[in-house]
Amino acid sequence: MTQNTETRTVTIEREMPHPLDKVWRALTEGSLLEQWLMRNDFEPVVDHTFKFTADWGSVDCRVITVDPKTTLAYSWEAYGMATVVTFTLTPTSTGTSLRMEQSGFPMSNDQAYKGAQYGWQKFLGAMEEVVAGLD
Amino acid sequence: MHAEPTAVFKALSDPTRRTIFERLSRDGEMTVHALTDPSGVSQPAISKHLGALKDAGLVVGRRDGRETYYSAEPKALAPLMDWIGFYSTFWNRRFDNLESLLERMDP
Repeated sequence: MTQNTETRTVTIEREMPHPLDKVWRALTEGSLLEQWLMRNDFEPVVDHTFKFTADWGSVDCRVITVDPKTTLAYSWEAYGMATVVTFTLTPTSTGTSLRMEQSGFPMSNDQAYKGAQYGWQKFLGAMEEVVAGLD
Repeated sequence: MHAEPTAVFKALSDPTRRTIFERLSRDGEMTVHALTDPSGVSQPAISKHLGALKDAGLVVGRRDGRETYYSAEPKALAPLMDWIGFYSTFWNRRFDNLESLLERMDP
């Protein structure tokens, strides 16, 4: 994946006390994926296009990489902004280390602003949904 | 001048204020009367909402004779668009869901 200095990345990494197989299933079986992420028509097939949908809108995706039990990547386009989401699984002595990288966020405020114009109402809806779940 | 993201978000968390801001964004400059007519909300209430939107920097007023013309400042939304912060929160919450799902799943 190409990375240049003009973009930023969100990274989340967690140790999960569960075997690799199980974590991989949760990432790649549509019905399980729905339970923790969003409704979807995902298939673990390279170039498969799919959508995540929620009450506040939808995300357009295309599968980029499926390397079983190791790497899963798809494009993620929402609110007029295209990013790439990559999951990396690493076995540990106690289970699985799961890393999620979402890359391709524009550095410039202008581009973020364009995204905002494209769907700020939806964005606020999403924001409310996220904020409502915070303690 | 940019208001705090929380102030902007708070100002737009009210559906009436969101409607006012949307109308001004879409239809351009308007007086408080024009905004009041179709809304079914009283003029003092509209004025109060406009005040809150002005405080958040989302709306500006231009005085012309006895009328004030209000218009939207969509640029004030910019500080809200902290995508990195938004997605960090989003994924952290989803990972919490994933952990509880993994607990429930068969091995």
